[in-house]
Amino acid sequence: MTSNLLILYQAPALGLQLAIDGILIGAMFAIAAYGMALVWGVTNIINVAQGEFVMLGGLIAILGAEHGLSLWLTVPLAAAALYALGWFLFYAVIVLLLGRDMFNSVFATFGIAIVMQQVMAHVFGGADRIAVSSLGSWFFLDSLVVVSKMKVVVFAACIGLGITLAWFLARSRMGQAIRAVAQKPEAASVLGIETRKVYCLTYALNAAICGAAGALAATAYTIQPYGGLSYTIRSFMIVVVAGLGNLGGMIWAALGLGVAENFAGFILGTQYQIAFVFGLLVVVLVFRNWRLRRQRQHLE
Amino acid sequence: MAAYRALTPNRLLLVACLLAVGVVAPLVLPAYQLQLTELLLFIVFALAWDLVGGQMGYNSFGNVLFVGLGMYGAAIVQVGLFYDVGLYNAARGGGTQFVFDVPQFITGLVLGIPAAALISAFAAWLLGSLVLTMRGHYFAICTLGLGIAAGQIAAGIPWIGAGSGMLTPNPPEALGDVALLLYYLALGLAITCALSFAWLLSTRFGLALNAIRDDEDKAEAMGLRTHAAKVTAWVIAAGFLGAAGALYGNLVRFIDPVQTAFAGVTIGVWMILMALLGGKGTLAGPIVGAIVFQIMKELFWTYLLGWQRVALGLLIIAVAVFFPAGIVGFVRERGSAKVETEEQGP
Repeated sequence: MTSNLLILYQAPALGLQLAIDGILIGAMFAIAAYGMALVWGVTNIINVAQGEFVMLGGLIAILGAEHGLSLWLTVPLAAAALYALGWFLFYAVIVLLLGRDMFNSVFATFGIAIVMQQVMAHVFGGADRIAVSSLGSWFFLDSLVVVSKMKVVVFAACIGLGITLAWFLARSRMGQAIRAVAQKPEAASVLGIETRKVYCLTYALNAAICGAAGALAATAYTIQPYGGLSYTIRSFMIVVVAGLGNLGGMIWAALGLGVAENFAGFILGTQYQIAFVFGLLVVVLVFRNWRLRRQRQHLE
Repeated sequence: MAAYRALTPNRLLLVACLLAVGVVAPLVLPAYQLQLTELLLFIVFALAWDLVGGQMGYNSFGNVLFVGLGMYGAAIVQVGLFYDVGLYNAARGGGTQFVFDVPQFITGLVLGIPAAALISAFAAWLLGSLVLTMRGHYFAICTLGLGIAAGQIAAGIPWIGAGSGMLTPNPPEALGDVALLLYYLALGLAITCALSFAWLLSTRFGLALNAIRDDEDKAEAMGLRTHAAKVTAWVIAAGFLGAAGALYGNLVRFIDPVQTAFAGVTIGVWMILMALLGGKGTLAGPIVGAIVFQIMKELFWTYLLGWQRVALGLLIIAVAVFFPAGIVGFVRERGSAKVETEEQGP
């Protein structure tokens, strides 16, 4: 561990490399977190199957790529397939959880995640997979810093997707309906908004967002049927740090998480990277709690 | 929720009958001895989860942390008393070097199980003041993170076998039927757990836990020391989980950090499912739930191999969506509905 720190000190370019890679993956975390915040804010359900949606999107994209489809086709394909799945899951399960105890929804979506894991392993095989990309890389500082062009494309596409979503929620009629239902379902209902349809659309939209994020990520990162949970946890952590509905905060938190995770992976060893993510979650929640308690004591 | 009723003669008879069944079962059904031992440990898991989740309303997804700590703790004590743990794990516990004779094995077990309970209880005490101040889903997700982080960390420590896991001591040939010994140890643990919980829930402490579940702020305003009660319940649950984990490790004989010890997606979720299936917040619920679950699990594993997780996942969804009161809750609801109609009748 100390030797790794020493390497980092002696070769700052390596630190730059880690930071760039972290920022590039962070955009994808931000998109998944945005979807989770959307569902959380509108339906008051924490979707534990979030990571599985990302993984499924990636696996569909890889399957499409193996059949000769280009990236510009696989991403919409994955998004459409996940939209349909989200729609189905909403009417099969989620609709029955609306307004119920939070624990029920966490547990039920955990069940969805477990079902999806094994089904995905059967359909796509259990191995780590990655789509073949042939874009090559840019080299900087005498090849000390290597930036994969594909990762940059994924980053740009995620940012584009995020901006589109923010625009959709702010400007479009449906986006306004979603925000209205999030603020006060009864009032929205009185004004003629079909709240159940809005809930359904929100959940399906979240699935589609995750699908697109997964499809994009599959071109540069490994995808694994049983690897979804860490994405759920990352999304949760980002939402908790930034707060619901704070898109800017979510982007900063996601990029920060990506960088922190990459550095931790290098310093502690890659086998501890997932442990770091889950450990950081605990630290973040404990810190949040400590701050809240202090504020409450201050009020007294 | 009905308050806990004390042991009436009828209940004592029921307990005695169950005890007799428990003692005789492995002798009558020797082919299912392993599954029965596992069932008894599942009963402890479900009861311990329910003390905090059902009775106190703190739905933990990370109780598997204490199972894993107990599992590793016991194995380390069992080996460490006589050999160097690092060398033992480097040699994968095999060869002629690491042989345990009968007194050594028994000593290891006798000291290992209480040590496991103490380690888990201590960990719960340390974590309690940090984690138990969270509410609702923050607590749920935080504990989930704790359980999984522990597995990932354990998988990186070479001293306890890292990712390739740790073997519990090989039982000596001369000892005879170790599986039967483990069964009776598990039976003793399950009975201790059920009876001590029955007693705990009949005291003011049990009422305090229920008050915390129903309205924590009010309970605190009434002058209850809610934080102390919460930590105490968690420590008790963790102690039982640790001891059960110690036995579970010796039962499966191989401790994989992610698949057996800190198995958040299997045992960690199963114990919630068992408590929920049987009936959250009741004493009989987790026991009934564990029995039903173990039968279903064995059926799934036998007839749906390869799709068993799908079946279990669907069961989780079905229970969470359609059956949140569980078997005991369902029976009670029907019972009270019957009483009401009878009262209204004449």
